[in-house]
Amino acid sequence: MIKFFLMVNKQGQTRLSRYYEHMEIRKRTMLEAEVIKNCLSRSKDQCSFIEYKDFKLVYRQYAALFVVVGINETENEMAVYELIHNFVEVLDKYFSRVDCSHNVSSDNEEWNLIPAAQECTVKFTSIVFI
Amino acid sequence: MSDVVERTLSALPGLLGQPDPGAGAGGAAGPGRVSATSRLGSLISSITALTSKHEEEKLIQQELTSLKATVSAPTTTLRMMKECMVRLIYCEMLGYESSFGYIHAIKLAQQGNLLEKRVGYLAVSLFLHENHELLLLLVNTVVKDLQSTNLVEVCMALTIVSQIFPREMIPAVLPLIEDKLQHSKEIIRRKAVQALYKFYLIAPNQVQHIHDKFQKALCDRDVGVMAASLHIYLQMAKENAAGYKDLTGSFVTILKQVVGGKLPIDFNYHSVPAPWLQIQLLRILGLLGKDDPRTSELMYDVLDESLRRAEINHNITYAILFECVQTIYAIHPKSELLEKAAKCIGKFVLSSKINLKYLGLKALTYVIQQDPNLALQHQMTIIECLDHPDPIIKRETLELLYRITNGQNVIVIVQKMLDYLKQSKEEYTIISLVGKIAELAEKYAPDNEWFIQTMNAVFSVGGDVAYPDIPNNFLRLLAEGFDDGKEDEQLRLYAVQSYLALLEEEDAFYPQKFLQVMSWVLGEYSSLVTDVDPEIILTRLHRLLKKTFVTSETKAWIMAAVTKIASRTSCSKTVDKLIQEFSTSLDTCMRQYAFELKHLCEDKVLMRSLLPFDASCNDIVVDASLSFLDGFVAEGLGHGAAPYKPHHQRQEEKLSQEKALNFEPYGLSFASSMSPSGFAGRQSPTGLSFGSDTSGNSAETGHKETNSLKLDGVKKLWGKEGYLPKKENRTGKEGEPLTVPCSSSLLAGHVADPPVSHSDQVASLSEEEKEKQQLASTLFVGLGSNAGVSLMGKGDMATQKFRRKSKINETQNYEEASDIQNSTASSLVPLLDTLPSSKEGHERDEHTRLRKASLCSSDTWEDNSALGKPQSLKKPELDNKLSDSRLSSSSLFADSNIEIFHPSPSAQCESASKTLLTPSLPGELAELPHSEVVELCQSDDLALHLCKVWTNDSLLLIMFVSNKNTSALNAVNLMFEKAEHFQILESPAYHFAVIEAQSVEHCQQCVQMDKICTQGILSGSINYQSEMETRLEFSVILSLLDFIRPMEMTTEDFGKLWLSLSNDVKQNLKMSSSQDSFSAALNTLQQKLKLHIVDIIGNEGILACQLLPSVPCLLHCRIHAGMLALWFRSPCSALPDSLLYQCQKVMEES
Repeated sequence: MIKFFLMVNKQGQTRLSRYYEHMEIRKRTMLEAEVIKNCLSRSKDQCSFIEYKDFKLVYRQYAALFVVVGINETENEMAVYELIHNFVEVLDKYFSRVDCSHNVSSDNEEWNLIPAAQECTVKFTSIVFI
Repeated sequence: MSDVVERTLSALPGLLGQPDPGAGAGGAAGPGRVSATSRLGSLISSITALTSKHEEEKLIQQELTSLKATVSAPTTTLRMMKECMVRLIYCEMLGYESSFGYIHAIKLAQQGNLLEKRVGYLAVSLFLHENHELLLLLVNTVVKDLQSTNLVEVCMALTIVSQIFPREMIPAVLPLIEDKLQHSKEIIRRKAVQALYKFYLIAPNQVQHIHDKFQKALCDRDVGVMAASLHIYLQMAKENAAGYKDLTGSFVTILKQVVGGKLPIDFNYHSVPAPWLQIQLLRILGLLGKDDPRTSELMYDVLDESLRRAEINHNITYAILFECVQTIYAIHPKSELLEKAAKCIGKFVLSSKINLKYLGLKALTYVIQQDPNLALQHQMTIIECLDHPDPIIKRETLELLYRITNGQNVIVIVQKMLDYLKQSKEEYTIISLVGKIAELAEKYAPDNEWFIQTMNAVFSVGGDVAYPDIPNNFLRLLAEGFDDGKEDEQLRLYAVQSYLALLEEEDAFYPQKFLQVMSWVLGEYSSLVTDVDPEIILTRLHRLLKKTFVTSETKAWIMAAVTKIASRTSCSKTVDKLIQEFSTSLDTCMRQYAFELKHLCEDKVLMRSLLPFDASCNDIVVDASLSFLDGFVAEGLGHGAAPYKPHHQRQEEKLSQEKALNFEPYGLSFASSMSPSGFAGRQSPTGLSFGSDTSGNSAETGHKETNSLKLDGVKKLWGKEGYLPKKENRTGKEGEPLTVPCSSSLLAGHVADPPVSHSDQVASLSEEEKEKQQLASTLFVGLGSNAGVSLMGKGDMATQKFRRKSKINETQNYEEASDIQNSTASSLVPLLDTLPSSKEGHERDEHTRLRKASLCSSDTWEDNSALGKPQSLKKPELDNKLSDSRLSSSSLFADSNIEIFHPSPSAQCESASKTLLTPSLPGELAELPHSEVVELCQSDDLALHLCKVWTNDSLLLIMFVSNKNTSALNAVNLMFEKAEHFQILESPAYHFAVIEAQSVEHCQQCVQMDKICTQGILSGSINYQSEMETRLEFSVILSLLDFIRPMEMTTEDFGKLWLSLSNDVKQNLKMSSSQDSFSAALNTLQQKLKLHIVDIIGNEGILACQLLPSVPCLLHCRIHAGMLALWFRSPCSALPDSLLYQCQKVMEES
């Protein structure tokens, strides 16, 4: 199960967030701050999976932007790791070029629907975007 | 506007084909978007430009204020509202609540045009959560949009439904969504499946009737629809794998097609066909094939192919391989595949890519219990990972080591874990690690000293964050001891000594929990230490009391310890000082303790009898019925006091007095007012009632049954409260012993073949490598050759040391137990079939054969396991149970055992013609409503038949055992296993000493439904002695309806009760032609579901029933335009759902 999907830049500003389980807003900000702190503390030669509380974080860095996915132990880390890349590839294809620091509240129906890795070769349906 | 619509439409695959990505982005810059873009854009860029969090907060607050004004202004157009929503979403994403906008988001979804509606729905899905009250306002919009002719609107509605939807409103949209499953557009079908998946997750019972439609979705010609249905199947297979075995073929075919590249090229990801879909399918197959050789057989080919195809070096293929490996080890093993999977794991573990190494370790951890050899093969890699700079890798390695711990390597492994523990700061890691260390220490501790030292380390690092179980278990272990009294004494003595040493240091800081443990142990056992003056101990405790970091809870523990020690010393200065000091303490608790201590010290004899030495395990008898107050009560009554009435009774009376003015909202709470009657009913000594264990216990607490005092209400209340905890204890005890043999056989599983000799090892090893080698030999010792087959018993002895006595384990860790049970079941199997992947095949083969022989012959098996059996088991029936469970696992491969689960129809016919012994119900039972007598199982010697008898207050299972032999059968044991949903009152086992030749004996069991389910299986076994001990298994299917009884009540009562119940479920059912009249439909419900018709008024009817023992469920139905509107209410939330399902079934059938 994917619990949340985050895009955070190196300064710790959230660029996109989607939670598949309800969480209070206050807790969300705290979580995001801790997540990015965790990600920033990792070096390139360390693995892309972090244990965090009772779930795992899978992250990938694109320039100054971190894409972080929170999953529980039933999920396959590597599959999620590639899912992130697929997501970025699709963004790139749809908007011809993704400017990593400027991407906002995009919302993808496939992602909203099923908090588990799936069907991501299908195009994004609609994105509120600048 | 049209370009906007077109843009949205263009995104629908299959409608307009693939949009040109460039055009998609270009088209987005329509006129409607410019202002939104600029306003939101400027907000974002100004936030990005800010440097401090404080400035950001200020800016956003400002933005929110202006947004608040805009959204509430009546002049705001929908287009502006849409733009506001986008900004609100952004603000909320940054962590600033904007709840004032929620209602406007809903409005926008209701009123806007397509794009505005889209934004409205999006905002709703992001702002609200499942239980938000505003969500109800959305239901109408969704219903309207679902019926829309515009595909985009339908899509949006389906999307929001699959994101958030109020559970109780599902019936309102369910029929509409079901219709959409037949829609001509695949995207609609897919979204409908996804919406139903959501419903399945939040209310599984409501979609139970559309299972066959899911199957249609699985076979859909569109891949997207099929893929969506897999989510439902994965979930359902997780809950009940047995129900979907017949679909294995379909899943295998689908996977074959996917792997073979038959899907559209769109689904490829880096030229790998639909990888996530493959992973999903592999997971389902793993669930279906678990412990099932026949089903597993079907998937070997496709798994092999998946492994082969996934040989390209890319991350995503690794992910697939990982899933393959898990599936291969989950299903019934096949040596060829296991070999390949092992190779795969080896490749992962040895990889230089860190992510892959992690995956390899994870896979290794998963398979290690079944194949400890693999750990031996990779021992050097594991050692390296243990010192890896990445803490995550280290952590995963420890997890792996945790799984292979045994009595011989425990010291090294625990040391490694403690090292890691001391470095880690994350609370969650500490908690889980501390739990594991404590578990290992308790299980495998080699000696007392080590055990106490390890536990000290555990408490001092993780004392305050660890689960409270850990200190509790530790103390219980100390208190209850083991079989050897001398050992106990030494352990306690060592503990006391080590704590005294720890407390010697003046300024040491210890976690509260650790201090509590120390003070308890010192209080109980300090007198074991003869060479230390109690005065010194008291001084140390006294010093602790004055420390500021000690919480008041800990102080209470310390005071208790002081009191206990004081009772054993004649007089002490420290105690006097302490009393003096705390008699004036501001803390009332401390003051109280000080005064108690003072008074007790004045009467040493009383004190000693109050605080006896080492009596913490002795049961204290508490008179829960408060019978010692009877005299007082009688006196009170004699003086004219009113008899006590319980709360609900008082309320009831109050209500009946105010009848004229009762406007119902203050309806009595039914649950409590029902219970006395239900309770009395169960206790009444009718011929049929089985003194259930509850009433058996209540005899002890409420032994004043026949008392002439008018204490009706009181007695019942106390009786109920009094026996409840007892019941829990009992179940705990029953469950516990099972874990004991399991873990020992698990150990036996570890005993493996000799390690692979590393012939290629270079003779001249560097110092460092030598060290590692040494470490490896200590770590993997239990798995190596020097632990030959003979260790089966030896290893167990080592583990027995700190095994608690079975009787004391009241709060057993259920999770752990089941975990171990599972693992034994699966770990036994591969031992046989696995051909280890090594050059030394010869030697291995021999070993395997040897083991096979020893495992198959049940005699040796028994012998082996007898070593592992805890000596402290007292009850013979428990022993029985143990050997049974062992037999059942061995029956997996022992051919001599007969396995009969369900009798096939042909077998039934045969028996009918052959058997002369036809069981029939005894007279008094035959008059009650009952089922037909069905055969459960039979062998050459005996047959087992079952008849269900539905009495008014219980379900009786009458089991007939008929002896078909010409000689008598001795020692026939009938035993039911513990089932998740059901509870057998009285004991689950029944023993017939002898059954005469050609005769039928019967016994009866009273069953209750513990957890509501529509249908469940109660399985059990029967064993008997003929020439050899034979065991037959059987299972009984019980449905909810077996536990439903009509409930008679008046219309008035119904009304009152209706208002007091909160859980309701509504559903409309189509009436079939045969039920054209309303009363016919009601009659069907009455007959088939055992509902009681309370009243019929015009086209409305009310019915009532109860789930035994006394959970009511009320039904209101109304006929309207060919539809039957059902409305259930009950105090139990699951009951209406299940009953509704039954209703649907009944109505469809008739």
